[in-house]
Amino acid sequence: MNAISDRLAPGRLLGPEGWRRRRTLIGMGYALPTAIMVAVFFIVPLLLVVQMSASDWTLLSGDRGLNVPENYADLGSGRLFWPAVEFTIRYTLIVTVLLIALGLLMALVVQESGRWSGMLRTVFLLPLAVGLAAASLLFWGFYSNSIGPLNPMLQGAGLIESPISFLGTPTNALMSTVFLIVWKFAGFYMLILLVGLQSIPRDIYESAALDGAGRWSTFRHITLPLLRPALALSLILAVTGSLLAFDQFFLLTKGGPDNTTVTIVQLIYREAFQLQDLGKAAAISIVLLVALLALNALWFRSLRKPATE
Amino acid sequence: MKGHLRVPAIATGLILLLAACNGGTSESTAPGGAGSPAGDWQGVDDGTELTMWTRAATEARSQALVDAYNESHENQIELRIVPTDDYQTVVGAAAPNNELPDLFSADVVFMPNWTSQGLFTDLTSRIDSLPYIDDVGQAHIVASTWEGAKYGLPFIIDLSVWMYNKALFEEAGLDPEAPPTTLAEFADAARAIQDLDREGVYGTFFGGNCGGCNVFTWWPISWAEGEPIMNEEGTESLNNNDAMKEVYSTFAALWEEGVIHPDSQAEAGPTWIGYFPEGSIGIMPMPASLQGMANENLADEDIGVTPIAGISGGESTFVGGDSIGISKDSENVDQAWNFLAWMLDEEAQVEVVAQGGNVVARTDLAGNEYSSADPRLVIFNEIAGQGETPFALRFGQTYNDPQGPWIPLFRAAVFEGADDATIEELNETITQSLSE
Repeated sequence: MNAISDRLAPGRLLGPEGWRRRRTLIGMGYALPTAIMVAVFFIVPLLLVVQMSASDWTLLSGDRGLNVPENYADLGSGRLFWPAVEFTIRYTLIVTVLLIALGLLMALVVQESGRWSGMLRTVFLLPLAVGLAAASLLFWGFYSNSIGPLNPMLQGAGLIESPISFLGTPTNALMSTVFLIVWKFAGFYMLILLVGLQSIPRDIYESAALDGAGRWSTFRHITLPLLRPALALSLILAVTGSLLAFDQFFLLTKGGPDNTTVTIVQLIYREAFQLQDLGKAAAISIVLLVALLALNALWFRSLRKPATE
Repeated sequence: MKGHLRVPAIATGLILLLAACNGGTSESTAPGGAGSPAGDWQGVDDGTELTMWTRAATEARSQALVDAYNESHENQIELRIVPTDDYQTVVGAAAPNNELPDLFSADVVFMPNWTSQGLFTDLTSRIDSLPYIDDVGQAHIVASTWEGAKYGLPFIIDLSVWMYNKALFEEAGLDPEAPPTTLAEFADAARAIQDLDREGVYGTFFGGNCGGCNVFTWWPISWAEGEPIMNEEGTESLNNNDAMKEVYSTFAALWEEGVIHPDSQAEAGPTWIGYFPEGSIGIMPMPASLQGMANENLADEDIGVTPIAGISGGESTFVGGDSIGISKDSENVDQAWNFLAWMLDEEAQVEVVAQGGNVVARTDLAGNEYSSADPRLVIFNEIAGQGETPFALRFGQTYNDPQGPWIPLFRAAVFEGADDATIEELNETITQSLSE
């Protein structure tokens, strides 16, 4: 039961033990600003969201008292909830595979220093400079049947006979959005995997070559296993980012056509700002948070190398 | 508690305490009457800078009024145009943080929701003191009244009409001076235009993915038949009535026959009124405004206007548009009121609103010099008195929300040929949303 004042008492800060205590206090002092930032910008909002999720809390009229467990119990009965969960998972699977596969391919292409690799790296990374909202609006313009250049270009080149409705069918809307995301973020995953590739010691490849290993064999038995940390990081970033998808669908498809591209975060937005029910929106947020925490926990556990092989 | 966790825990506790003390939304600050009018019913014009928000759908008309006010007054209004789809969100985010501007307009169908939640200042005594109040169209004022207190005035009167291309009519052998007077005649005219078989020219267009567009343009057909589309309280949907089913089947047939522009299916609202001015649509429902309509593709004299008709005749319109009020957060109520009082005065209504080819908010000014000179404006002003403004507390959530239950109903009916049973089932989801 040491009070802070006891700790700070002059006698206790002298001598070897006092030096250790001083170090501890100095360390706490350095950590305090960050701790305050984390508390103010993460912990406090999180606790508020938990409180909201247990309350009848409207956008315009505020907290109107406890409403637990209704906010949670009603989630599953919403007509959009399970379709949004299914769609979000489906979208995550498609985008994750494409981003990592394309990122790896691009990293393999640019990893060798050469005349073109520098230029290629720049080209692949350029889309990252465009914000996601701006990119979504840009692509909405491209895909638009009334003002977009894409259909006239494709028709002019003789590639299609009649205009394509890029956002008019569920499949087209999904794939058009996937194309936008892959265009925008493949370069980012290329960067992560490139760093991973470049950290593999050269002499391992030399040894493999001396042993007569071919390119595919080398890739399968040396590159991929040693790329595991970078691949794991890419995977968790891609999965988390895709599960939280919002901007691109909000701007490009608005959840359509016919509610076939509604994501979980769109549901949160809708509950909060269209239906003006912050309580239910917070409940969906907490459910999503718990799911992401569980996923990350499972993931990091599975990534831990076994003690003995 | 372990010693090394004590300080961070105390810090966190302090922060939580601070948050609890300062947290919570502010209470509604719509007192029963924000003071009586400052002596003069016109308010105060003393060079105050005022802020105002309006939605993009009314940009041209809002800007015209604000520009005219700024030119002739010491008070200056800074107008912010908010994308229409985001308006409810932007207002909803500002309201609990007491960040609403001095003045803001609202789609009239949102007024019951927003006035009931205390977003506006009570203007009852000020409105009642206006010398011309008996001549102001009451639909918007009624929609802006909550529990006996008045919070809004008509700002932009948006009516729905059928507009048709007289040049295409003539080319198709239709009489450009004898527009359709029933839904069936509308469909036949569209078919005749389509039979011209001209590239890029279509019989009609509609917002096939736009909830707001279709309540605006289809409900008058039902009203013209004397069939309501909701109960009086706005808690039960009647979008399965005979008239609406006739609307669905008519448009379904037109879609099947290729008479409707293919972009209609995906049109969610941003560009739905952009097709008629291109001169490539025969006849379609449109907002009743000629402002900025004529261009090199569509001459002014080729723009025909006719009231929306019912299944067997009659006429009606959706009296929509925007109401405007002074926000609960305004600290310049007298100055903001100066704009509102001026806005409905004769000079603004005639020289700005009517001159711009728009519907005036005052019945005594319906026969002004500009309206009288153009028979189309006479039509606008005449049907304003025959239209309706629907009432529902959950209007936006039900009809305007892209994920709301209204859009699936008409899309199923028009694009998928849904049968009666499906329409009944989907109509029930609308009732559930209205009554939540």
